[in-house]
Amino acid sequence: MSANATPIPNAGASGASGHISDGRVAMKGVDISHKGILYLDSISVSFDGFKALNDLNLVVDAGELRCVIGPNGAGKTTMMDVITGKTRPDTGSAFFGQSIDLTRLSEPEIADRGIGRKFQKPTVFTDHTVFENLELARKADKRVWPTLTARLDSAARDRILTILDTIKLTAEAGRPAGLLSHGQKQWLEIGMLLMQEPQLLLLDEPVAGMTDDETMRSAELFESLAGEYTLVVVEHDMDFVARIADRVTVLHEGHVLAEGSMQQVQENEQVIEVFLGR
Amino acid sequence: MSVQKSLTPTFVPGALPHGTGALPRLWSGKAWAFLGAAALVLLVVVPVCNLLVPKDSVFHVSDYTVTLIGKIMCYAIVALAMDLIWGYTGILSLGHGLFFALGGYAMGMYLMRSIGRDGVYKSDLPDFMVFLDWKTYPWYWSFTDNFWYCALLVVLVPGVLAFVFGFFAFRSRIKGVYFSIITQALTYAFMLLFFRNDTGFGGNNGFTDFKRILGFPIAAPETRVAMFMVTGAALLGFLCLGRAIVQSKLGRVLTAIRDAETRVMFSGYNPVYFKLFIWTLSAVICGVAGALYVPQVGIINPSEMSPANSIEIAIWTAVGGRGTLIGPVIGAAAVNLGKSWFTQALPEYWLFALGLLFILVTLYLPRGIAGLWIKKRS
Repeated sequence: MSANATPIPNAGASGASGHISDGRVAMKGVDISHKGILYLDSISVSFDGFKALNDLNLVVDAGELRCVIGPNGAGKTTMMDVITGKTRPDTGSAFFGQSIDLTRLSEPEIADRGIGRKFQKPTVFTDHTVFENLELARKADKRVWPTLTARLDSAARDRILTILDTIKLTAEAGRPAGLLSHGQKQWLEIGMLLMQEPQLLLLDEPVAGMTDDETMRSAELFESLAGEYTLVVVEHDMDFVARIADRVTVLHEGHVLAEGSMQQVQENEQVIEVFLGR
Repeated sequence: MSVQKSLTPTFVPGALPHGTGALPRLWSGKAWAFLGAAALVLLVVVPVCNLLVPKDSVFHVSDYTVTLIGKIMCYAIVALAMDLIWGYTGILSLGHGLFFALGGYAMGMYLMRSIGRDGVYKSDLPDFMVFLDWKTYPWYWSFTDNFWYCALLVVLVPGVLAFVFGFFAFRSRIKGVYFSIITQALTYAFMLLFFRNDTGFGGNNGFTDFKRILGFPIAAPETRVAMFMVTGAALLGFLCLGRAIVQSKLGRVLTAIRDAETRVMFSGYNPVYFKLFIWTLSAVICGVAGALYVPQVGIINPSEMSPANSIEIAIWTAVGGRGTLIGPVIGAAAVNLGKSWFTQALPEYWLFALGLLFILVTLYLPRGIAGLWIKKRS
């Protein structure tokens, strides 16, 4: 099958599950007919002469759990900014599936196409309850008028209850999100991403500030999500990376230094030099 | 689509967040009772006590009081509009006086046309145009002798201005104090424009000496009471409209924009259009308030557009309690009653008192007067 100019949701690959009958939502499946879900090709970004990304090439396969590691300033967050439309690359192209050009879409449009992003610092809606946070994130027609007239149906309610259970916050459903612990906020934000029914999840340091127990439970959660979703995780905690990653990409000074399994990467001479030779 | 199956939540832990059931209730039973009582007072008790109760009775409500309450209700509507954009969405506008004044001017045009030949110069044109030696109405005064056309202008002029201004400001991601400053500049620029005689809106005198509205003499007690009742109904109506909006999913998106705008964007909502919606609606509500205000106080001039007026609107809202809807209504009433007492008793100290009030509220009552009540309840 060749790539189509207009993406047609192919059964199974499309994130739009049966109960969403709105055509606008259903038509947005990402075309992953060539196995890859994210293609970054020769991307460069510079801020005031500083090259944050320098000829970055990265391909992520659908269903993969990819970890991205690298020293501070390697360009990990800038890479996520490019993928989510927050930063426009100076050169290069970024494609989501075969046909969605990420460099031409705004942040909300990219989120709507199926890319969810978790920030380094957990950002949730502090005045809203945990339940309401999930409700707002839920995949739906997010234009002004449909939002004004939106009513929560039982399918949506069930979905929220399922996610509450997944992120272990059922008991906190009625509490304002601002009152949650740091780790709980991280989980809530992940829950909000899942409510968006994304194809690709970008997680920026998802276990930072978590207790060992919470970190372990996060690892279990991410492992269970891989396959159904594609995950790209930026993390500093090497034990965590070693545990969850299918493949690891090492970034250094804005480009890819090495890529492979955790073991391959750890044995790579250049990687050792960059990480230990500082 | 089938009706919601059951109203009982399948879901127990914690209190179920409001608005997640089938149809959220607009107000609690108590609040409905309060609103009903307010409607009774504004639409029945005050009119009866003013028109039917003899002047020497203790139950008589004077014309002065009717006008004062009518005026304050207009301010309350403005504070309500301010709460939607500032309290709920976190966008501080320091230019809301402009939308209020534009609504007032649109109504003022109709009132000027209704004077007919009863002006000082006995001309078809308003006195200020005769004074400028103009022979005909400028083109933008066309059709303003029609009440309904002017009523349309009351909504359209502030609405279109807010929409265009808001579109460019929000699209350029102008936020926080920068947005406040440019709204302040906007109202100031319009004030200077309206001060000019050539603009065709009466220069610094503005519009005054109105004679009649819809054919009724504007100073007659019955007309005054009718305008009072319309204003009261508008206030209660906007209160319910505001409540319906903040209780909807859209209302929750607005508060989410206030608390974490990037998260809103990455959740797939485009904040530009949500801000534009509430900003334009807020401006239109202000315009309506201005249109109700002008026939009751009998004058509109460019000083309504002065930056200080817009700042005062923000103070009413902060004093009453942001993000509560009813709070700003109370705040507008409290500050303006204080003002009318002060400006008679100690006129030179009013601005000091207002400044002090603002400081005290910011320091000790961050959630305003309404916050006191919320604290007591919980």
